[in-house]
Amino acid sequence: MADILKIGGRDLTSRLFLGTGKFSSNRLIPEVVKASGAQVVTVALRRVDMDFQEENIAAYVPGECVLMPNTSGARNAEEAVRIARLARAAGCGNWVKIEVIKDNRYLLPDNQETVRATEILAAEGFVVLPYMSPDLITAKKLAEAGAAAVMPLGSPIGSNRGLKTKELIRILIDEIPLPIIVDAGIGRPSEAAEAMEMGAAAVLVNTAIATAEDPVAMGRAFGLAVEAGRAAYLAGMPEAAEYARASSPLTGFLRD
Amino acid sequence: MSFYDLLRKYGDFDFEDFFRRVAEDQIKRIISKHRLGALDYLALLSPRAEGQIEEMALRAHRLTVQHFGRVILLYTPLYLSDHCVNHCLYCGFRAQNKVERKKLTPARVEEEARIIAATGLKHILVLTGESRKESPVSYIRECVEILKKYFTSISIEVYPLEEDEYRELISAGVDGLTIYQEVYDEAVYAELHPAGPKRNYRFRLEAPERACRAGIRTVNVGALLGLHDWRTEAFFTGLHAEYLQDTFPEVEVSISPPRMRPQLGGFQPRVRVSDRNLVQYMLAFRLFMPRAGITISTRESAEMRDHLVKLGATRMSAGSCTSVGGRTGRDSSGQFEISDERSVAEMARVIYSQGYQPVFKDWQYI
Repeated sequence: MADILKIGGRDLTSRLFLGTGKFSSNRLIPEVVKASGAQVVTVALRRVDMDFQEENIAAYVPGECVLMPNTSGARNAEEAVRIARLARAAGCGNWVKIEVIKDNRYLLPDNQETVRATEILAAEGFVVLPYMSPDLITAKKLAEAGAAAVMPLGSPIGSNRGLKTKELIRILIDEIPLPIIVDAGIGRPSEAAEAMEMGAAAVLVNTAIATAEDPVAMGRAFGLAVEAGRAAYLAGMPEAAEYARASSPLTGFLRD
Repeated sequence: MSFYDLLRKYGDFDFEDFFRRVAEDQIKRIISKHRLGALDYLALLSPRAEGQIEEMALRAHRLTVQHFGRVILLYTPLYLSDHCVNHCLYCGFRAQNKVERKKLTPARVEEEARIIAATGLKHILVLTGESRKESPVSYIRECVEILKKYFTSISIEVYPLEEDEYRELISAGVDGLTIYQEVYDEAVYAELHPAGPKRNYRFRLEAPERACRAGIRTVNVGALLGLHDWRTEAFFTGLHAEYLQDTFPEVEVSISPPRMRPQLGGFQPRVRVSDRNLVQYMLAFRLFMPRAGITISTRESAEMRDHLVKLGATRMSAGSCTSVGGRTGRDSSGQFEISDERSVAEMARVIYSQGYQPVFKDWQYI
């Protein structure tokens, strides 16, 4: 049976989402998409330039991909909502990744404003994927607000520090009945695989691919890692034992 | 607490003594530190740190790529008016310079806007001299409303305004503020600004705070290098940036390290700031504030700018013109002579050739 990730009426076979902000040239985007197999590509609306096709980042996202505009630059829910509406009006479709960031030192999201923006945009028919600091209560509110998935950060955007919030993400995976997509912080393919092994529905990667020496090859590496991690999850990962066990010291006396 | 209060705490700080005590091992430790404090930054600005400039460069480059990607945002300045009532000893627009003054009419603003927009640029920085009579806020606002049709991001570099005036311009479409303190040393400031409203050191120093309170999205601060000891001026610029980022975390903060250029009036820089000095400043700042922007204008030469792409720069001007109406042909004298005269298309090509992407649009009016 095919392993399909269903979001917003789309059937996705790839579980790697691609960010686009840091490439040395937009021309790399279609190549990385091809090498990695990514089917969802996020683009900041602030960078979309419909008047200048040659430099328009959105024009480089292959037509078969889901174009997911994000609200980079929004400082509160109202701005995120305005950006999402502008994106839809500009022809970027009805998916939106909400980013509400009031902290330019670490680029950590404002969960409360993110919930508010999700409520408004989901009610307007957007497929809403909110970027958030992993927190169970916020994730529940996002689910109630109509989010299509929840996107907790593994560590701060662009930090390449890996799954520092692993235990909190694990709780979201266990408790939230929506796809959990790890967004931000994943610095290497092994970390993407780790997130997938844990049962994340997908991962979103930008910095680690875009700033690699060979972004296309790195895109391929991430694609493979996500596939491997997912396959391992589906195969049923054996629990890691904490100690070697030679016999049954506590229950060995039970003979009958 | 305003930045002025913070700055005063350094009133009797002995910089000479601090620099003398900086040790090589200390620099090495600071370069690999996760988060630098103000005095770490100062140590990186010391003469001693020059010996480890390559190590600083490697880390600064890595941090910049990590946080900003391989991209350089392009913008261009548009001078609206060179009427000025100030007497800044070092400026080509100073009131005593007997030159014909100009101010763009709305029609000329539109004409210049069309020419710039044809290059693909979407970020514009509008400038005026200080004259509340010739270029009042209402005039700036009128120009902004015209420019909004052509550009998606409008920054202003004008005389310091009151908070309500910033609010008015922000609601008209302005999203960025550039304002240079010129000199952070208060005594030197007084000397270089003998007359005119710009004499008010504190009103200028606190302008970025007022703009942030009014809801501005980006602020860019700086000291004009060449007017006073660059190491302490760079230090105070960094402190200013850090203060703004800490106080207004939602604002995107950046700095400019502008070096003095020849200008009408022939004021000679008081201090020579070498290429090595400029680079040391940029690198130290990048390590101090990894996510803050660094803006490099066409004051720097083409060759220098090409190198700075990999040394922490995040924004560059291109196709610049420092005179009022210079793009529509009827030229007048500029505020200063620019050094890198390459067109926008040439700059874009050069940035691509360095393995970086020239970004034309990174904001839009929402």
